Amino acid sequence: MSLGVLVPGSHRGAADMARAALRGRSLWDDARRRLMKNRGAVAGMAVLAFLVLAAAVGPYLAPYGYDQVNKADVWVAPLVHGHLMGTDALGRDLLARLLMGLRVSLAIGLVATAVSLAIGVAWGSVAGFVGGRVDEAMMRIVDVLYSLPFIFFVILLMVTFGSNFILIFVAIGAVEWLTMSRIVRGQTLTLKQKEFVEAARAAGLSQGGIIARHIVPNLLGPVVVYVTLTIPAVILAESFLSFLGLGVQPPMASLGTLIASGAADMELAPWLLVFPSAVMVAALMSFNFIGDGLRDAIDPKDR
Amino acid sequence: MFRFIGRRLLVAIPTLLLVVTLAFFMMRAAPGGPFDTDRRLSPAIEQNIRAKYGMNRPLSVQYLSYLAGVAHGDLGPSLKYRDKSVLQILKENYPVSLKLGGSAILLAMLIGVSLGVLAALRQNGPADYGVMAVAILGVCVPTFVTAPLLVLAFASKLGWLPSAGWNNGALVNMVLPVTVLALPQVAIISRLTRAGMVEVLQSNYVRTARAKGLSEGRIVVRHALRAALLPLVSYLGPACAGLITGSLVVEKIFNLPGLGKFFVISALQRDYTVVMGMVIVYAGLILALNLVADLVAAAMDPRVRLS
Repeated sequence: MSLGVLVPGSHRGAADMARAALRGRSLWDDARRRLMKNRGAVAGMAVLAFLVLAAAVGPYLAPYGYDQVNKADVWVAPLVHGHLMGTDALGRDLLARLLMGLRVSLAIGLVATAVSLAIGVAWGSVAGFVGGRVDEAMMRIVDVLYSLPFIFFVILLMVTFGSNFILIFVAIGAVEWLTMSRIVRGQTLTLKQKEFVEAARAAGLSQGGIIARHIVPNLLGPVVVYVTLTIPAVILAESFLSFLGLGVQPPMASLGTLIASGAADMELAPWLLVFPSAVMVAALMSFNFIGDGLRDAIDPKDR
Repeated sequence: MFRFIGRRLLVAIPTLLLVVTLAFFMMRAAPGGPFDTDRRLSPAIEQNIRAKYGMNRPLSVQYLSYLAGVAHGDLGPSLKYRDKSVLQILKENYPVSLKLGGSAILLAMLIGVSLGVLAALRQNGPADYGVMAVAILGVCVPTFVTAPLLVLAFASKLGWLPSAGWNNGALVNMVLPVTVLALPQVAIISRLTRAGMVEVLQSNYVRTARAKGLSEGRIVVRHALRAALLPLVSYLGPACAGLITGSLVVEKIFNLPGLGKFFVISALQRDYTVVMGMVIVYAGLILALNLVADLVAAAMDPRVRLS
């Protein structure tokens, strides 16, 4: 302060500097730093960014349409006749189909995960906050749903209503929310009783302030980790359905349908199986590495 | 303990009821029916067939009579395979799924636990990284990718193993499907075992055992493994149910006459009773295996109290 008096005009700057020095690094800054040091997670993010970019703009740049049939170029090997990844039994360019399939699979992964996130967080946090009988009843419902043979019900859903995009989202999302709600509820229950929540209450912070400043940020960590692990699970589930012929319908493609048709023709045209499989594995691995990295970064006590 | 089992069995009843109800009405909401054929049946004949299976009655009556049948252990006749009851069909297909799934889970436990223990004992060494790489691959490479690739390599190119078929469960026919089913489980089991082992090896009682001068092998087998495998037990319950009921995809790829393959076909053919029977068996299996998992966990860990 005395400095500020001696040098007129520097008062504000000194105060800012003091505040900056006091602010330090937030927990999220720490988490980001740890995540960036995790080589697997960074590699996963790079691969995923590439795949997302390819899925987003690739179909517009591809020289062929994903459903463009070319009877003259049937089962062309990779790099022949300008087809980088060859063509399938109908002469459709595999690269164009793969880009489209990747887009469809990623979109289903994101939307179905969003569905499960919305249901799971709402269900789990209400159960955790309200507690008592409401909590018991809500979690008992989750227990019962857990022991349902869900893959069978998803198949029944597909059979009953015919497979369409929205149904795939809803069906898979409705399956995946159970674990999410358990995680959120457990987290909410422990957080409610934490000392820092009590301290915040003692310091006079309002209920809403406690939720926004203390509960939600701490809830976010495990939820984010679980989301990155749910997306690949959803992509996998959709592929299983498509493999059984119950998912995305032709001529539309997903990674699952591409692998299924590739497996059928693998003796004649192994590239039809190899390329989609490689993309699928790359996508699943990058999500898993990011998820593991996030878990280590956000919850350092588990390291 | 008997009270615990009794209570769990009581809770299982509403769960099964929900399963039956959901499956029943979903199946009936599906367009088409089991008696649809390429050539249209004359209305009189169709009327007679429907009457024979009691399907001319109101849906609610059919539902209640089906429930009554299930309560008496009668799952009804198949609507597509005339002359066969659902129980007969289940009995014919079940051994295939059981043999496949059982072999896969045993193999996966044997390999997975050994790999997990090895990784934990050589923590951060090359063996550890090798096992963890296998674990990540096992989780990220789905069965419908490994299955065709293995068929391509070992059946088409090398010709060592048959590419598909059951052949009454001959060993050569089992190798590929069991391997494909076991791989993801090996990955998960080795990961769980490693995590449990790493934690237990740092605990006080393991240090005490070391201080007593016990050999490392004895410490691992007698002291550490039991506690380290606890998380595995609760995972294995549902996993077993899934494997035994037949991985739908693996049975389809290898053309095996198991429950999983049958389920999809029956659902597409609207064979209502067969689909319902399979759903009930699967739900019952999950409930039973979860109960067994809890009992085993309680037997292994004195801290767990059954209540």
